[in-house]
Amino acid sequence: MKKSLSAYSEATTKEELERHIMVVWVDNEAGVLARVSGLFSGRGYNIESLTVAQVDEEKNISRITIVTNGTNSVIEQIKAQLLKLIPVYKVASFPVDDKSIFRELALIKVIAEKKNLEKAKEICNSYKAQYLDTTSSSFIVEFHSTRREIDSFIKELKPYGIASVARTGPLAMAKGAEITEANKGKVI
Amino acid sequence: MSQITGAEIVFKAFADHGVEYIFGYPGGAILPLYDELRNHKKIKHILVRHEQGAGHAAEGYARSSGKPGVVLVTSGPGATNMVTALTDAYMDSIPLVCVTGQVPTHLIGTDAFQECDTTGITRPCTKHNWLVKNIKDLPIIMHKAFHIATSGRPGPVLVDIPKDIQFQKTEYVKKEDVIQKINKVVTEVETSELDKIVDLIYKSKKPIIYSGGGVVNSGDKASALLQDLVRMTGFPITSTLQGLGAFPGDDHQFLGMLGMHGTYEANNAMHDCDLMINIGARFDDRITGKIDKFSPESKKIHIDIDPSSINKIIKVDHAVVGDVENVLNKLIAVFKKKYPNFKNSNKENISEWWKQINKWREKKCLSFVQGKKTIKPQYAIERLYELTKDQDTFITTEVGQHQMWAAQYYKFNKPKRWMTSGGLGTMGFGLPAAIGVQLANPGKLVVDVAGEASILMNIQELSTAVQYRLPVKIFIINNQYMGMVRQWQELLHEKNYAESYTEALPDFVKLAEAYGAVGIRASTPDELDSKIKQMIKSDKPVLFDCVVDRVENCFPMIPSGKGHNEMILSPQDEKETKISKEGKTLV
Repeated sequence: MKKSLSAYSEATTKEELERHIMVVWVDNEAGVLARVSGLFSGRGYNIESLTVAQVDEEKNISRITIVTNGTNSVIEQIKAQLLKLIPVYKVASFPVDDKSIFRELALIKVIAEKKNLEKAKEICNSYKAQYLDTTSSSFIVEFHSTRREIDSFIKELKPYGIASVARTGPLAMAKGAEITEANKGKVI
Repeated sequence: MSQITGAEIVFKAFADHGVEYIFGYPGGAILPLYDELRNHKKIKHILVRHEQGAGHAAEGYARSSGKPGVVLVTSGPGATNMVTALTDAYMDSIPLVCVTGQVPTHLIGTDAFQECDTTGITRPCTKHNWLVKNIKDLPIIMHKAFHIATSGRPGPVLVDIPKDIQFQKTEYVKKEDVIQKINKVVTEVETSELDKIVDLIYKSKKPIIYSGGGVVNSGDKASALLQDLVRMTGFPITSTLQGLGAFPGDDHQFLGMLGMHGTYEANNAMHDCDLMINIGARFDDRITGKIDKFSPESKKIHIDIDPSSINKIIKVDHAVVGDVENVLNKLIAVFKKKYPNFKNSNKENISEWWKQINKWREKKCLSFVQGKKTIKPQYAIERLYELTKDQDTFITTEVGQHQMWAAQYYKFNKPKRWMTSGGLGTMGFGLPAAIGVQLANPGKLVVDVAGEASILMNIQELSTAVQYRLPVKIFIINNQYMGMVRQWQELLHEKNYAESYTEALPDFVKLAEAYGAVGIRASTPDELDSKIKQMIKSDKPVLFDCVVDRVENCFPMIPSGKGHNEMILSPQDEKETKISKEGKTLV
């Protein structure tokens, strides 16, 4: 296979790829998600997951949480590029480590015969999952935890008849009393 | 307050922001705005022949005047034809405000006639864009559009206005009321950082200043400050393609342009220096060559208004984010305070460096041999320079060999005299840009240095020049090849000249006449001067067909995958330097 077509952008010192969480605060206006996701695809950055919702109704602010991977310099570049978008006014990034809190949510529907349904429920109980809907041949549980925990929960449940899984990407927040300063590093 | 229509709001905003010219092309979805034109006699509309031409003309206007260029086009194809110009302006940081018509709001999303997702298409090639869905937002958006286009690192913005919104009425909002509310973020220059930079300047034995388009964009004061800094320090200076003119091109301290087709002395100085001061440039790949061979021994300082330019390609030791004028002002103040008698004490410090630079200069990397029969393209540009340098001349270019020759052989002594498509490399840029330049600078000589292939990409704008009596001069370096493509094929693709030769070219003299312009042809060196003089004298648009050597290559050149100290200088040199197999795959 041919090497990179552009020598001038060829990475010569290979840095290590790391998973990072980018948290982006944006004005909740039409097209803002397209601006953010378009920036990632247009500049060749990776999006592993993306979660977005309004967090401040009064100020009309949405919080976007993006899991991405890249070298440290790429992460810095993503941050700088995000801050150039007009509706973006705050960006935080942190590596996936124990200095931050991560939570994901999963909804899982199990359809099975009585015997398997009982076994599945045992697993759900041990994980302290919450039942949202139960019938004689099925149930839906809600489970929120870290990605790894949800992965192992699903793995254990799988042999007993998972019919449907819905998962969010992670939400993230830095531990401790510090918060990210608004408009830091932004030049319009 | 009385209510006015969307169309009136747009024009009121134009007037408030001092718009003199609109470059545009009418169409169904923008007609209410065109209706309004008759009520604003101070705003002149320039009817182009293709929307892309409107975009480049607005760019030429903006670059040579320092004011934003304004474009008015219709929905669908009108908008899509603008995409190249918007991308060009985005890459080269040129302030444009583009207003597009859109199908009425109730038809959006129905695949209506001349509908396209304009804001979706132009999102990656504008600084920001808006689809106006509520008439109440329109005055605010218009003011924000002008503010965003011109502030920080300038760039293009687009406002997409559905036809029904153009008819709806609301109250106008004053410009000041909107601008005041915008959360302007000004970065403070850190004095401690300036202190460290000044110390580095003091200590450096092999310094170089590398300036870029950011100096020109910052304004004439920034250019003056750059000149102060260069004089104060006695340092050598080189410039990117976009930065030409910020420092006088005929000054002894100026080493010429750097980069892929930069001078031998500039590139070697970049490679060997111990201190590099980047002022308003962005370490573009045409400048750096291969990254790991880029100036390995130097401390690097970067001054740029765009934080994302810092450490994007080249890791620097000290970065200052801010407007060049502001940063240089403070830097010079700190410097004068700390080292008042620097220049005299420094002469000895960098004398060895200047000796080395003068040795590189002795290579005379831009020399060429002009025979008696055919015109060498370098000679053509050199003569154009000699015959126009005594008047305030504005040069635009297309893209290719002629562009590089113009950058190498035409010496610019003032900023905003040189308009070229550097980032995107848009063939077809020069003629419409020249039209914009001529409008912004009436009575001045404006020359589009062109290639015969590039000029055909937007030749229709000659008709615009004729209509508005804009005496732009189009100086075609005609070698019948897409010269730069041919050069790469010769050097990198085993002389496989695939599709780079134009089998059937128009007779440019007759073409000029057909448009109502003047056509002049020069084919031999001895008639060149008199023909150029004839071109300058003409008060009409001129299409000058300068027939040159067909296979001349543009040197010096840093071949693909090589460093700044591995340039090809001449055809003899080229045979000795083998481009590696790996290098051939590089762009």
